[in-house]
Amino acid sequence: MANLKLKDVAKVYGGQVEVLKDIDLDIETGELIVFVGPSGCGKSTLLRMIAGLEQISGGTLEIDGMVVNDVPPSERGIAMVFQSYALYPHMTVYDNMAFALQIAKKSKEEIDRAVRAAADKLQLTEYLDRLPKALSGGQRQRVAIGRSIVRDPKVYLFDEPLSNLDAALRVATRIEIAQLKEQMPDSTMIYVTHDQVEAMTLASRIVVLDALKDNGYKYSIAQVGTPLELYETPNSEFVARFIGSPAMNLLEGEIVATGETTTLRTRLGAGTITSNVPSRPEDQGAQVKVGIRPEDAVATDSEDFAFSGKVEVEERLGEVTLLYFERGAGQNDPVIAKLPGIHPGMRGNTVKLTADPAKVHIFQDGTSLLYR
Amino acid sequence: MAVQEDTQGASFIQGQAVIWLIGGLLLVAAIALLLPDVRGMLGNSPILQGVLTIVLGVGGCIGYFWASNIVLDKVIFPAKGANAGKNINRANMVRPWLFIFPAFAALGLYLAYPVVGSFIRSLYDRSGDTFIGFGNYAWLMQDSEFQQAVFNNILWALVVPAGSTFFGLVAAQLTDRLSWGNIAKSLIFMPMAISFVGASLIWKFVYANDADIGIVNAFREWVFGADSVDPLQVSFWNNFFLMFILIWIQTGFAMVILSAALRGIPEETVEAAIVDGASPLQVFFKIKVPQIMGTIVVVWTTITILVLKVFDIVYTMTGGNFGTQILPSYMFEFMFRDDGRATAVAFVIMLIVTPVMVWNIIQARKEMR
Repeated sequence: MANLKLKDVAKVYGGQVEVLKDIDLDIETGELIVFVGPSGCGKSTLLRMIAGLEQISGGTLEIDGMVVNDVPPSERGIAMVFQSYALYPHMTVYDNMAFALQIAKKSKEEIDRAVRAAADKLQLTEYLDRLPKALSGGQRQRVAIGRSIVRDPKVYLFDEPLSNLDAALRVATRIEIAQLKEQMPDSTMIYVTHDQVEAMTLASRIVVLDALKDNGYKYSIAQVGTPLELYETPNSEFVARFIGSPAMNLLEGEIVATGETTTLRTRLGAGTITSNVPSRPEDQGAQVKVGIRPEDAVATDSEDFAFSGKVEVEERLGEVTLLYFERGAGQNDPVIAKLPGIHPGMRGNTVKLTADPAKVHIFQDGTSLLYR
Repeated sequence: MAVQEDTQGASFIQGQAVIWLIGGLLLVAAIALLLPDVRGMLGNSPILQGVLTIVLGVGGCIGYFWASNIVLDKVIFPAKGANAGKNINRANMVRPWLFIFPAFAALGLYLAYPVVGSFIRSLYDRSGDTFIGFGNYAWLMQDSEFQQAVFNNILWALVVPAGSTFFGLVAAQLTDRLSWGNIAKSLIFMPMAISFVGASLIWKFVYANDADIGIVNAFREWVFGADSVDPLQVSFWNNFFLMFILIWIQTGFAMVILSAALRGIPEETVEAAIVDGASPLQVFFKIKVPQIMGTIVVVWTTITILVLKVFDIVYTMTGGNFGTQILPSYMFEFMFRDDGRATAVAFVIMLIVTPVMVWNIIQARKEMR
């Protein structure tokens, strides 16, 4: 029920250590925005700044058109779900959920109605009298979410809410959060995670944070977009490799023909490979990196291929087979191909790889040719 | 397997060697003690006496465990013959009792026996020859000074733990976030290192009936221009002036324990409360204090037990005069004069302390879980 506007937001610790810089972001009502980034990139810090738990060192934060930089957390209309749930251990589930309303001096009936409605929505009704220590991890997480729902906030903030759950519960709770979001189409949510699957499945838009070169290597927003935008058209090598697993293969190469589509020759390949990414005449001969996702790599017998190598490791997962290729000296990351189905006995073979022109990415100096 | 047996054998031989060494030393010491010259030398040298005590004590402990285990394993339940397996199990059931026995014996001798002994003594009159039943207790009940002491003791037991815990809690919370908090904490903790008699001396100066010496009277003169009074003779309130000395001493204890407990509170619960709109006071009283309630109770009862035993402060400050009598100082009045009444008072004190102590132990155990 609210839109957020971050303008030039920065975070400086102790007047010297700049962590975040030039964060510009518009969040529309009803969006579910996911912050992702490498560990230490300040995604949780950014969330805590929105919550009001951290001072905003520079720039402005607007909620519903009002600058809230100096507004205390409780008056910003936000609610936060913490990684450790942060339930009050000495209060029952009911009191945990009722606490905010009691502080706000709401009437008993009103509190009771709100708590019971939230408990009903989260299937917590039978646990209302229990203390948090008598609940399972998933139930505690639901209480934490219930505590936010009760307050009926404009913006929900989630700080890695699923990372303390085991794998199976994580999937179940993820789906619950997705359903919850569907039930509350007007509420805005901001969600921090390091889990790609959470980001891809929950987000209406993903915000990727990274230390950018033209920002003096301070962390800032690398790219914002829908999950598939980031997957299909990453604007930089970093985003390309950050989204998708295993990470995108980057092969060194050269542009040999420009125009509506670009023709490339890679160093370890033979013949040429075509990309649907357009290029300008002056790009002729430019040194670039050719990006091919493992799942887009196709084995070929043709004399035109982007990469050829011996399979060093073969991982058979059933639905797919992962092939790890040895790569020339001085290259650390192996080239990986993800082939659908089961391919026994590939190890030791030399395989040639190419890809559909629609799925070949081109990066120059770390930036996609699409975004320059 | 073979290697393991070898190392076991080696450690067994080492163990044997140590035992023989200690045994030998003890034997030499014992023989030396038989010589009059050595005894004379010892009599003049406290250091030698001390060393000898340590050697005898430690050697005695080791010797006891070694010998008792040998007797158990070789003589009573030997691990051989028809019942070897059964004997090993039986020996293992008995073994814990061998280890616990010395502590039991010491506690029995120095704790249980004196309690029983005191109780029996309290049933006799002043001379210790005539059995008078509960006569001493009956006399106490009607003695106005005893009533006064009980009343004052109850006041002490309520006010001092409450004051110490409250000030300790406040100090712990306030010093937690300060850059110079640790210095403040050290200063508050320092009185803990002063003996009660020493503390009383300090406060005798503070309360001195002279504006040039006592800060209390100096303050009165400076602010109100009032004449000096002796705070220790201000009836009823003088009790509180004495209690304040103990609060001054014990606040540091409460602060240190509660400060550790406060730091153990998950920071995220505090942040969640802030997001929920709680004010700093509400965060403190509704989120922090309930989470450390167990620790607060332990601190409270620990200080209560200490308060019920305190004697030095009253004895040095007023000697129990001016209506400041408490049970321990009251007991001291009869010591060496009427052991019957003194032991009766001691027994009353024990009856009061015991339930608090039991509660304290239950709470402390809960905390540890």
